[in-house]
Amino acid sequence: MGEVLILVDHVDGKLRKATAELLTIARRLGEPSAVHIGPGAETAQVTLAKYGAGKVYVFDDPAALGHLVAPQAEVLAAVVAKTNPVAVLIPSNSIGKEVAARLAIKTESGVITDAVDVQAGDGGPVATQSAFAGSYTVKSQVTKGAAIIAVKPNSAAISPAPAAGAIERVDVALSDLAKAAPITERKPKAKSGRPELTEASIVVSGGRGTGGDFSPVEGFADTLGAAVGASRAAVDAGWYPHSNQVGQTGKQVSPQLYVACGISGAIQHRAGMQTSKTIIAINKDEEAPIFELVDFGVIGDLFNVLPQATDEVKKRKG
Amino acid sequence: MNIVVCVKHVPDAQGDRTFTDSDMTVDREGVDGLLSELDEYAVEESLKLAEASGGTVTVVTVGPAAAADAVKKALQMGADKGVHVSDEAIHGSDAPATSLILAAAVKKVTDGAPELVVTGMASTDGTMGVVPAMLAERLGLPQVTFASELSVVDGKITAKRDSDASTETIEATAPALISVTDQINEPRYPSFKGIMAAKKKPVEQWTLADLGLDASQVGLANSWTKVVEVAKRPPRQQGEIITDEGDGGVKLAEFLAAHKFL
Ligand SMILES: Cc1cc2nc3c(=O)[nH]c(=O)nc-3n(C[C@H](O)[C@H](O)[C@H](O)COP(=O)(O)OP(=O)(O)OC[C@H]3O[C@@H](n4cnc5c(N)ncnc54)[C@H](O)[C@@H]3O)c2cc1C
Ligand SMILES: Nc1ncnc2c1ncn2[C@@H]1O[C@H](COP(=O)(O)O)[C@@H](O)[C@H]1O
Repeated sequence: MGEVLILVDHVDGKLRKATAELLTIARRLGEPSAVHIGPGAETAQVTLAKYGAGKVYVFDDPAALGHLVAPQAEVLAAVVAKTNPVAVLIPSNSIGKEVAARLAIKTESGVITDAVDVQAGDGGPVATQSAFAGSYTVKSQVTKGAAIIAVKPNSAAISPAPAAGAIERVDVALSDLAKAAPITERKPKAKSGRPELTEASIVVSGGRGTGGDFSPVEGFADTLGAAVGASRAAVDAGWYPHSNQVGQTGKQVSPQLYVACGISGAIQHRAGMQTSKTIIAINKDEEAPIFELVDFGVIGDLFNVLPQATDEVKKRKG
Repeated sequence: MNIVVCVKHVPDAQGDRTFTDSDMTVDREGVDGLLSELDEYAVEESLKLAEASGGTVTVVTVGPAAAADAVKKALQMGADKGVHVSDEAIHGSDAPATSLILAAAVKKVTDGAPELVVTGMASTDGTMGVVPAMLAERLGLPQVTFASELSVVDGKITAKRDSDASTETIEATAPALISVTDQINEPRYPSFKGIMAAKKKPVEQWTLADLGLDASQVGLANSWTKVVEVAKRPPRQQGEIITDEGDGGVKLAEFLAAHKFL
């Protein structure tokens, strides 16, 4: 079996959930190796080994993350040239997809993004995507080069499978072009203390129906340990940060449970949440299209329903 | 500053978007198409930049005959001229092939010296959001993508990009490739004057041969990926819907408990 590269999703060596998922998937396809770009590889190594990384290729020149996208593609291309992998799995977020894009051109390989599942198949990995706001399921394969597949978070149930996790440094001289778009400032987002939207197993979202008061939405989210999302109408009104927007031009989430509060269910919103396992909606308007999707719906005012539900959940949880 | 803006003609998301049975490509005939909404932001930003610096805006699209409508809409908004690349052989091209064609078109229309290339953040049909990065790679340009704020002063580009953990400021110098999000501006509607003026604006029609490309480099048969299965997802079974009669919250909690979410 050949090597399968996964690009480590981390912040200063602190791994994000997608990393263990990618390793779990990689084991179906071949022998996983992790590619760690940036600081903190020694911290990450333990977990990478735990989930099956035989090798950990490390490139920690600060320039790699100090510039947009291009350096990461150059580093990955160098590791691809060296290892000739059967597949390269990359987290399907905006940065990851662009890294995958450039890597595809550099290595003349096909690329599939937004995969929700990857399985071994005849003639290489088979990736599953959902198309047209979740109304279709599409399976595809890469037919040229290494199979570059960007995989969405929550696409696999992680399981450990200890391996060596041997660190191997990668020596790449980044091109001047890769350093042509420096990131000159990073303003960290305010931390909410809630789980991250794309990783959370429960998401509670509010829309225009909140009228700008997200407290019932947040209160309910907190009793469930959920992340908070928002529709674009709520974001455009300035009620909630753009980084919490769910939908076509926001985050695509696929949690176990999605609760839409005061959200009508426009196609662009659905595009970001339709693949959730269970969907609940609370809306005053019984005609709201969101009700077409729900497993459970309450026609009612969210300002009555949510506080009552919050109290009841607290009571049941003791 | 002279700007090239790349726009895509896509099936209307409000319609019933499907795949063709014969070759599992996106059905571009059965559904009305339009200029991808997300590319309107790219056109708007290009117009603003050109207005500020006194340059021209050239709109480029790759797609079948109907894609001419996307060019037309951008011309009506105010772009100066259009390029429509169309060729039987392009049908079914994937993102790497599309970026190959776009890169060749951008080079041809700028005599090999693009100043600014502007794109949308993603197309509303494929939603991959990869063509801009591929285009930057192919054109050898700095990549400033997913800009939610942008300023270009004397060729010095400053952009804001929202990432998961932070908001980043990115700097680069033209020539460069920029992609913009739907946070960046409010696209204008074509005015009556704009609609009339668009009729007289030049639109070049190019084939692969005009770009020095060959049918063996593009199209469904030469794509680097292949679709092996397309299945319509069964519509979600509508579950239980109740009307709140004072106990809606309690019933909601009961549902959560019954489904082991508590
Ligand atoms: C290019 C493009 C990209 C887009 N991308 C996105 C995206 O990523 N994400 C996204 O969400 N949208 C997106 N949109 C916008 C989308 O089309 C809708 O406009 C938006 O989702 C509407 O948000 P909403 O449901 O909160 O508001 P509305 O459609 O106004 O719905 C509000 C709902 O709240 C209900 N309500 C009101 N008061 C109460 C109450 N007290 N209790 C209970 N219910 C109440 C109403 O009955 C109504 O159904 C995009 C649009 C475009 C053109
Ligand atoms: N066929 C095309 N013709 C012109 N521009 C395109 C085409 N396909 C993609 N683009 C540009 O690339 C952006 C991202 O597209 P995509 O990677 O397909 O999501 C779009 O917003 C357009 O600006």
